[in-house]
Amino acid sequence: MITFLQQLINGISQGSAYALIALGYTMVYGVLRLINFAHSDVYMFGAFMGYYIANNRTFQARMGTSLFSAMVVMLLAMVLSAGLGIIIERFAYRPGRTKTRFTLAFWLGVLGAAFGDLLGHSFAAVVGGALAGIAVGVVGELAGFRPVQQDTRLGLLIIAIGVSLFLENGGQLVFGADPKLFPEILPSKSLNIGPLNLDSPKLIVLGVSIVLMILLNVVVNYTKTGKAMRAVSFNVDAAKLMGINTDRIIAATFAMGSALAAAGGILVSLLYPKIEPLMGVNPGLKAFVAAVLGGIGNIPGAMVGGLVLGMAEVMAVWLGSSTYRDAIAFVVLILILLFKPEGIMGKGLVEKV
Amino acid sequence: MRKAIFWIAAVLILAGLQTQLVGWIGAYYYKIVILAGINIILAVSLNLINGITGQFSIGHAGFYAIGAYTSASLVHYGESAIRGTVAFLPRFGQDTVLLLLGILVAAIAAGLAGVAVGIPSLRLRGDYLAIVTLGFGEIIRVLILNIDAIGGARGFSDIPPLSNFFFFWVFLFVLMTVGTIHNLVNSSYGRAFISIRDDEIAAEAMGVDTTRFKVLSFVISSMFAGIGGSLFGHYTAYLNPNSFTFVTSFYLIIMIVVGGLGSIGGSILGAILVTVILEAFRSLSEFRLVGFSILLVLVMIYRPQGLMGSRGMFKFKRRAAVAK
Amino acid sequence: MGLLDIKDCTKKFGGLVAVRNLNMSLAPGTLYGLIGPNGAGKTTVFNLITGVYTPDQGSIELDGKAIHRKKPSSIARLGMSRTFQNIRLFKSMTVLENVKLARHMKRKQSLFDAVMRTRALKDEERQIEHDATELLKIFHLDARASELASNLPYGAQRRLEIARALATDPKVLLLDEPAAGMNPQESIELMGLIRSVRDRFQLTVLLVEHNMKVVMGICERIQVIDYGETIALGSPKEIQDDPRVIEAYLGGA
Repeated sequence: MITFLQQLINGISQGSAYALIALGYTMVYGVLRLINFAHSDVYMFGAFMGYYIANNRTFQARMGTSLFSAMVVMLLAMVLSAGLGIIIERFAYRPGRTKTRFTLAFWLGVLGAAFGDLLGHSFAAVVGGALAGIAVGVVGELAGFRPVQQDTRLGLLIIAIGVSLFLENGGQLVFGADPKLFPEILPSKSLNIGPLNLDSPKLIVLGVSIVLMILLNVVVNYTKTGKAMRAVSFNVDAAKLMGINTDRIIAATFAMGSALAAAGGILVSLLYPKIEPLMGVNPGLKAFVAAVLGGIGNIPGAMVGGLVLGMAEVMAVWLGSSTYRDAIAFVVLILILLFKPEGIMGKGLVEKV
Repeated sequence: MRKAIFWIAAVLILAGLQTQLVGWIGAYYYKIVILAGINIILAVSLNLINGITGQFSIGHAGFYAIGAYTSASLVHYGESAIRGTVAFLPRFGQDTVLLLLGILVAAIAAGLAGVAVGIPSLRLRGDYLAIVTLGFGEIIRVLILNIDAIGGARGFSDIPPLSNFFFFWVFLFVLMTVGTIHNLVNSSYGRAFISIRDDEIAAEAMGVDTTRFKVLSFVISSMFAGIGGSLFGHYTAYLNPNSFTFVTSFYLIIMIVVGGLGSIGGSILGAILVTVILEAFRSLSEFRLVGFSILLVLVMIYRPQGLMGSRGMFKFKRRAAVAK
Repeated sequence: MGLLDIKDCTKKFGGLVAVRNLNMSLAPGTLYGLIGPNGAGKTTVFNLITGVYTPDQGSIELDGKAIHRKKPSSIARLGMSRTFQNIRLFKSMTVLENVKLARHMKRKQSLFDAVMRTRALKDEERQIEHDATELLKIFHLDARASELASNLPYGAQRRLEIARALATDPKVLLLDEPAAGMNPQESIELMGLIRSVRDRFQLTVLLVEHNMKVVMGICERIQVIDYGETIALGSPKEIQDDPRVIEAYLGGA
């Protein structure tokens, strides 16, 4: 019984990590009908941001190790990741639906920076390459290279895959492919509640996740932005007609989802300190399954889906097969898609003939 | 009659090239030519599902892997038995029989996998289908990793080399693949595939059994992927699950997108281009992928119809003023 | 028993009852009209007949055979074809190819024939091309046979959709708001076209339409539905004089 409760707690804390990531998938799908493959890499980015901030000497000197400083690390990482999310939306997904400028400049600038690093291995080379790329991009745009309207979801999906791979390999390039150890920024205490042995990181993960999810609920259901988000997820055109700046709302959605993913990244790194640029692939896939399980596009569904999947995994490991832990997610995905594709809480989307 | 002439000529030309090619371009470029050929088979077959039938499959590496490993297993484990039955043939003949048998088995195995994956998945909407095919590709890879009989993580070596004429075999099958798919497209079947891509509901209303045809295109496509895998395995005489990851599927997607979804010529071009570029940048492994992913994003943003245009898949619509 | 029979069909979407205990019987050879105010359920009826939706209750029979559980392609095979409210042509195909596709069910070519490009395939392809071109001639579209279907002007696209539907050799032709977006001149031409097509191909035609001039002009029998239920059934004259119909359209006093 005790171990069962123990496993329950494990499952919930694992599940809340999945839920945090799943929320990002579901929110973006809600407003854009896009499976943002790149989301899992924002999770990774968040963890790495946390790593660099926490390891920063100045930061360590000023903040020390405490619950508060850990929260600051997480908050900063969330802000930076929100920024990344906004950038991704702006330069990868938005060109296909709204007139934008400097898209080519951005991507060529990044390519140039990577190239510069390749050739020169110095900061100057990177900057030089970036500037060269931006210049070519601006010229190209002036010459008439304009983004094409992305009518199909297929196109957006391919772009999303491209961005995801870009982030993963870019991460390997910038952060180095070798795994790093996330610093211990939390005082590690063991709590004994009755017969249960809980260590504080797990409780923190649980606690913070709950707080974040409550916050998200408040934002989505009680603020104007949240209302606008819901409007956009129902009908983009109608939302536009109601005076909602849909591009800004979509950007905000990405920002929120990315921040949550980053939080997830930090929280998971507290429990499992090994981080590396491909760390997002597996949890990302599972979180996506969780989002589908709960009903893609459905925010409470993502939370429920995450918890259910987390529990299912922990139970499966406990009951026998740890080798097949990763397979659980796939099996769940296939079963859900075959039998109830709209998920536990979702509503089916009917196509009008 | 014309067909017979074409194929006899093709065989002769390929055989002739085979004898001279290494001498002309050297072993290194010879290898690239062969890899390009295998990639053409894979890309053109993937284009049948994605470009022509409009279904989004991103797990092609899975079928590729199944073909490679089944063929290699058959030849590795069944070699003596099979050689026994054709002992009357000279060594060269026996080798050819083994190779062709391997290719056949690969095609069948991959085709069956295509049925198994296709039937449940093809009811799903585009993005979901993509996820499931991705998952399938990964499941195959994980399975291979865990089966020791075919090498697992160490890889499958001891695959008997059955030929020194891989240029001939690979490009013979390239011709067969391209010919098959080209002929299919110009038939009732091809029109059915394209109609599914353009408008599934209208296609059903006009009598096209869309589920059946989606599965059909999936199966044909996976069979050719299996053939490619078989050729790959016997050519390199070594197989490792790392050759069949999602990144492999991703490269194939790049080939058909850059070449132009829906265009067979485009897929050929894309396959050659990507193979060459991958080789050229081989030493810069991380940059390679960074560069390729940015390339894919840019192609999709600026010219989604790729090099050779893709009739209808992504219409080249200059942005009408979508006011900000 | 008509050629097409809807018997006591009900279809719900969640809490909304789109169609309630609907009955319809199409006698062979008639030009039948289905009208009703917006949201009355007309397109739902269409989709039920063509197999896009399955009724929650009731049955639908074509020539005596139950079709309400069949999928659209099987129903097409049994002799029913349709056009769509929002024109669904195959945009990447030419005008001719759109019609050739519709000959799909008549094919005898096997996969082997297609891949090997046998004599049988070439003969059949020639036949299909011929049949499709003949059909285009009737609709005055043969001059544009190799143009992309999406490049056609609106009226021509509508004609093409009808031509394509006819290429399936149907017994019953369903037209979903064929006059939508047409000016008066085009509507008159359409009326003539539908009538001549019905006569020439010996079809039974079911028409959903908002344009009353077209409906009253060519339909021999009209069924009026509102809120998913039949409120009137009869000849054009009878329908025009029916107070319930007038109230349904004008909202009552």
